[in-house]
Amino acid sequence: MNERTTRLLLLASVFVIATCGLIYELIAGTLASYLLGDSVLQFSTVIGVYLFAMGVGSWLSGFVSRGEARLFVQVQFLIGLVGGGSAAALFVLFTQVNAFRPVLYGLIFLIGTLVGLEIPLLLRILKDRLEFKDLVARVFTFDYIGALLASLLFPLVLVPHLGLVRSSFLFGMLNVVVGILTARVLRLTGPWATATVSGGAVLFAVLLAGFVAADRFTSWSERNTYPDPIIHAFSSPYQRIVLTRGGGDLRLHLNGNLQFSSRDEYRYHESLVHPGLSRMTGAKRVLVLGGGDGLAVREVLKYPGVEQVQLVDLDPAMTRLFTGLPILTNLNFGALSSPKVRVENADAFTWLAAAGPEAKYDFVIVDFPDPSNFSLGKLYSTAFYRRLRTVLAPGGAVVIQCTSPLVARRAFWCIDGTLRETGFLTRPYHVYVPSFGEWGFILASTDPLPTELSLPDGLKFLSASTVRGLFEFPPDMDRVVVEVNRLNNQALVRYFEEDWAKVR
Amino acid sequence: MEGTIVGPSMAVGHRLREGRPPSPSRWDRADVVIVGGGIAGLAAARELAREFRGNVVLVELESDLGGNSSWGQATASAYPWGAHYVPLPGREAPEVVALFEELGVITGQDSSGRPIYREQYLCHDPHERLFLHGRWQEGLIPQLGVSADDRAEADRFLARMQTLRESTGTDGRPLFAIPVDRSSADPAWRGLDLETFSTWLDREGFRARPLRWYLDYCCRDDFGLGTSGVSAWAGLHYFAARGGEAANASSSTVVTWPHGNGWLVERLRERIRATVRRGCLVHAVREEGGRVRVEGMDAKTGEAVGWDAGRVILAVPQFIAARMLGEAGGGRGTGAVYPPWLVANLSVDRLPTGRGMEAAWDNVLYEGRGLGYVIANHQEVQSVVRESVLTYYLPLDHAAPTEARREASTWTWEQARDVVLADLRRAHPDIADVTRRMDIRIWGHGMICPVPGFLWSGRRTDWARPVGRIDFAHSDLSGMSLFEEAYIRGVEAGRRVLT
Ligand SMILES: Cc1cc2nc3c(=O)[nH]c(=O)nc-3n(C[C@H](O)[C@H](O)[C@H](O)COP(=O)(O)OP(=O)(O)OC[C@H]3O[C@@H](n4cnc5c(N)ncnc54)[C@H](O)[C@@H]3O)c2cc1C
Repeated sequence: MNERTTRLLLLASVFVIATCGLIYELIAGTLASYLLGDSVLQFSTVIGVYLFAMGVGSWLSGFVSRGEARLFVQVQFLIGLVGGGSAAALFVLFTQVNAFRPVLYGLIFLIGTLVGLEIPLLLRILKDRLEFKDLVARVFTFDYIGALLASLLFPLVLVPHLGLVRSSFLFGMLNVVVGILTARVLRLTGPWATATVSGGAVLFAVLLAGFVAADRFTSWSERNTYPDPIIHAFSSPYQRIVLTRGGGDLRLHLNGNLQFSSRDEYRYHESLVHPGLSRMTGAKRVLVLGGGDGLAVREVLKYPGVEQVQLVDLDPAMTRLFTGLPILTNLNFGALSSPKVRVENADAFTWLAAAGPEAKYDFVIVDFPDPSNFSLGKLYSTAFYRRLRTVLAPGGAVVIQCTSPLVARRAFWCIDGTLRETGFLTRPYHVYVPSFGEWGFILASTDPLPTELSLPDGLKFLSASTVRGLFEFPPDMDRVVVEVNRLNNQALVRYFEEDWAKVR
Repeated sequence: MEGTIVGPSMAVGHRLREGRPPSPSRWDRADVVIVGGGIAGLAAARELAREFRGNVVLVELESDLGGNSSWGQATASAYPWGAHYVPLPGREAPEVVALFEELGVITGQDSSGRPIYREQYLCHDPHERLFLHGRWQEGLIPQLGVSADDRAEADRFLARMQTLRESTGTDGRPLFAIPVDRSSADPAWRGLDLETFSTWLDREGFRARPLRWYLDYCCRDDFGLGTSGVSAWAGLHYFAARGGEAANASSSTVVTWPHGNGWLVERLRERIRATVRRGCLVHAVREEGGRVRVEGMDAKTGEAVGWDAGRVILAVPQFIAARMLGEAGGGRGTGAVYPPWLVANLSVDRLPTGRGMEAAWDNVLYEGRGLGYVIANHQEVQSVVRESVLTYYLPLDHAAPTEARREASTWTWEQARDVVLADLRRAHPDIADVTRRMDIRIWGHGMICPVPGFLWSGRRTDWARPVGRIDFAHSDLSGMSLFEEAYIRGVEAGRRVLT
């Protein structure tokens, strides 16, 4: 290899590392604004920390007196590892650690410092091969062109097609390749050099594996099904949990179905809880089946008289998320950590079957996913409601989320009929939730309920007069005569499927 | 994947053939000895437990009670080894209705007198799905890609069966009833027992392949042979005798449990008052001086055991009873056909995947070799079921029963396993991946099959008549092996002791 080629290759690596450097910065900024919201704040703090760290890196390079080439290669590998794995690590750590910000900025600082070391080291490696004025001119030219390329690639190609996690692995691999090539080009020899090349190869393989596996984290097609960026995606043994965030709107999707939008969930949850609970003066014990997001519990805790809330949700991943993740506990006011609340992860049907005679509740909230398959359909059956009656204290009441009476009119009235079949008196009502549409609930009890409401203060949607209106059904969603839903006929699932098929 | 072929009785049978077993050195006295702990034997013991004050011994060959209705237990669920459901009992089977009331299967009646069943025990929806043309469809009658003409033929067949179901014979009794012997004796209909079901179907113009597959499947499912192996009367009985009513289910519904009819075995077992001797093979039964001598052998040790009984109920198949009785057995069991069966229980980490409709209780493959599989924990109410047990059924009707029995008895576990996997793989390419364990049972003489000419030949009635102090109770005396038949025969034998 002649001197000219060596020089050219070294300058090409300036270009590559410059691109990589900016990409990591962009990834960190984007990720921070996905996860923490407020993109202006996140971007400027991330850029600030990153640039400052680069300064620290440059300064540190002053302490290096020899072995620049060797150090340069090591730095490339480190950036490849830390930068390449950064997006994946941040996504995972986001839900695992309590103090996410220190982790985020620590990682940014580390990457920035390493990136800051690169150019000074390279300048020194090249200093004998070029005149000073040419050296500075060329190195910075390539540096800035690399930055331009990165800033164009990132929004146009990388984010839409590869996603953050895979992009960061890809650029990590590029850093490693630069490291290996440099070792070759500068003819570093000795046992150290051989070890480096094989070490680099292993690292490359690890990053490649990450790149491939990242598709399982969120697939390209999945990213395209949600209008907003995915900030957390996780498959528990029971369901696919996806959180998205766009313009301040946080949304939870379970198996692709929207569970709530932070913009209007208060309409849903106020309507789920208060029309029933506010007339149950003296209610002390409340049972919540489903509702692992803690949002219904948040509403229940607005009644100081309630002494105990028992939450039963199938999926530990859900309750863990809504107990520990700050953006989510901000939403449910940390309801699941309240000393009044007991969380149990169990199948609601089996839990009810095993409940002892002392398990009696004044108010029960049933907030299951819609009956879109036979497994869920069981939770709306006569057998289920019979079991439910056994945990109801005398004079107690139940409220059930019942899908849309406008879209799935037969399904809604099927649930009503099923409750009546098992001896409940029902009071169906409905409410408009912008992100869902017209939504239905049924208040059920074995004895007639008091009509007097005492709503807690500070509700955003309900008042005594709006509640009254909710119980009126216009002709287009009024009662239809349908079959009762039993375990052995699952009429509800069929109605639900047929009714929703018309609008999908 | 691991597993075994279960069923110790084969080895015991061999031991017996090796030479005359020793005579017992001691004869235990008993008022009644019931030989055979299947449904019929248990029902007899149960009946005796109501009023009989004497001492009763129930002797069973296997280590568990239940016979063809026995069950097993895996981590995910209990599962059946044979019988897995009972259709809603009709008016002709008040004994079964009474049992269901006693066991809480029937919890009450609605205002028009129809029984209310415990929802938990009614087969949960979805009941059945069929794999055809690469997809699962709901229901077992082929619909996907079936021509309008062929579908119309299926409808015509079902309408015809509906008419038969509602018809009575010249004697005013229903044409086809469960138990069989409460059917009409109208010769116009009984005459159909002399020809095969397929002959009748051809003559009546039911020729469409999808329908014929379905009918063949049903006959194999209930009798172990297809439409060309069973009599036309029996074939029609399958479709036209159903129809118990319920306040909360359609009459085509069945009751079932994770253990299959093993659940009923357990409930009966709890209600008997008898000394139960398991793992004991009875090989000789003879009347002697106003008593009955029952000779048996411990299946493990080979040790001889004997009872000196006031009365004996033989709740075993007739070909076995014939051996026990020796000379006194006469021609008992001749002409009765018992096709062999293979039942496999697959413990799966998750349900195997497949295109189309989601898993149902009964999952059948169109033109498959076996009858498909039942999901043992389908009746569980928990909404997310992952681990499970699939009970796969295969009547070994690829050859004449004797030949098929001989062949199957030589199978290694690997061979049997591959038969099962090859059949299921068509619908579930991942079946081998999800299966952790497969236990297989080969029923050499699975259950009696109503071949042409057998049901109304008069032989059954002869065999069912008590001989001196020895009485008989087994489903094969009905010519078809059904819970109701076994149970009612057991109850009646028990009552005969009491009177
Ligand atoms: C694979 C399969 C699936 C079936 N599915 C159904 C179904 O879904 N629904 C239904 O209603 N029916 C079904 N059946 C029919 C089933 O046979 C009957 O429901 C019922 O269990 C028969 O009971 P039984 O008492 O008449 O006979 P068995 O179950 O045959 O009882 C006879 C008993 O005698 C014992 N015995 C035999 N020889 C001796 C001896 N020498 N000494 C001591 N004990 C002895 C046997 O071990 C056995 O326990 C099925 C049968 C099979 C084989």
